[in-house]
Amino acid sequence: MIRTILQGISAWAIPVLLVGIPLVGLIRGIKVYDVFIEGAKEGFQVAIRIIPFLVGILVAIGMFRASGAMDMLTNALRPLLSRTIFPPELFPLAVLRTLSGSGSLALTTDIIKRYGADSMLSRMAATLYGSSETLFYVLAVYFGAIGVKRTRHAIPAALVGDTVAALVAAAVCIWMFK
Amino acid sequence: MPGVLAKSARTPGYPLCAAIAAVATEDCRRRDGLSTTIALMLNYIWFGLMAIALIVAIFTGNVAAVTKASVESAKTAVEISLGLVGIMTLWLGIMRVAEQAGLVSMLSRLLRPISRLLFPEVPSDHPAIGAMVMSVSANMLGLSNAATPLGIKAMEELQTLNPEKETASNPMVTFMALNTAGVQFIPTTIIAVLAASGSQAPTVIIPTTIIATLCGATAAVTTAKLLQRFFPTKLPPPTTDNRQPISQEDSPTILPPPTPNPPLPEAGE
Repeated sequence: MIRTILQGISAWAIPVLLVGIPLVGLIRGIKVYDVFIEGAKEGFQVAIRIIPFLVGILVAIGMFRASGAMDMLTNALRPLLSRTIFPPELFPLAVLRTLSGSGSLALTTDIIKRYGADSMLSRMAATLYGSSETLFYVLAVYFGAIGVKRTRHAIPAALVGDTVAALVAAAVCIWMFK
Repeated sequence: MPGVLAKSARTPGYPLCAAIAAVATEDCRRRDGLSTTIALMLNYIWFGLMAIALIVAIFTGNVAAVTKASVESAKTAVEISLGLVGIMTLWLGIMRVAEQAGLVSMLSRLLRPISRLLFPEVPSDHPAIGAMVMSVSANMLGLSNAATPLGIKAMEELQTLNPEKETASNPMVTFMALNTAGVQFIPTTIIAVLAASGSQAPTVIIPTTIIATLCGATAAVTTAKLLQRFFPTKLPPPTTDNRQPISQEDSPTILPPPTPNPPLPEAGE
């Protein structure tokens, strides 16, 4: 029920907003097209401003993965995880999730293919993927857009959030699907 | 500080952890250096990732792959940025209409109790609140295409309140924590992947995802709130002496060694 409503919202939200917002504007006597153009002019510059930040981050992560360092990291942490409920098979995904959106989606797809779409591991992987955002991408884009270079406690806070989300993903799946 | 990096780089077994741990222990030892070190965390992570990649590549023989990855990632990054141009333009335009129509201020008035709790530093009638509310709502509905431009807009509004333009303010970090937690009610992409892989019930992961993402977001925001007083916004005199008051455009790259104009890639293909 709630799910149907949420899915409906997801499908209809964009067209409804694109029509609804200017409609309210028109009712309130605003020259909607002129105002739209005025705001839209900034779009290009913002997107361009992000480029150096995103190139910096994505190149570093791409190199890290390609060198095999990512695999070494996950292998090294495997014994630590075997004592928790968190399946070691998902550890590479948990790390990659913070670093690369397309990379972690590829890895999740790979897990789903390998273990079967309705297996516990696949559901955990899917939940883990869906429950957080790509930390370093979001960081590069948002702070990059405004030229902030000292991020203070943003990375530690986000890492704590991602860790909690990953652990809860595993626990909740065990609780719901076992 | 270079000692820290060299040390961590020499232990390829636990590369990223070692790098972070080394930075962390360095901080504990010298409390006065804490703010500087953590504030420059992205510099260490950035350099660390690449340095570790090079060292590991020497042992694994993946040098060619690393080279290829660097070139291709740079290309991907530009493609992503350029891909944003269209959506950014569209949503910034619509946002301006919503703003002028008074919709943004209406929405932020509605959510004032929550925003006052999360962002006490931001005046409750400031446009930043409206932009943040819109961005987070778009995220929750799974409209990531709309959420990103709105989020950037929110950051720009927060920047107008920020006295130190190159340093993240408290509300920025809290907003960032909310965003990296990626609160989303319908993880459409992954449901599509599950369905395409032959799942009998691809949507069973919706409730588990909502629970996990809400826990993650709560943890991230709480941590941001708890940590903020340990990370002062003002740095003790930093090494960068060529700081401009406003660095909205053409900021001198992330690393300390100043390269005023990032070298262009050698002649386009």
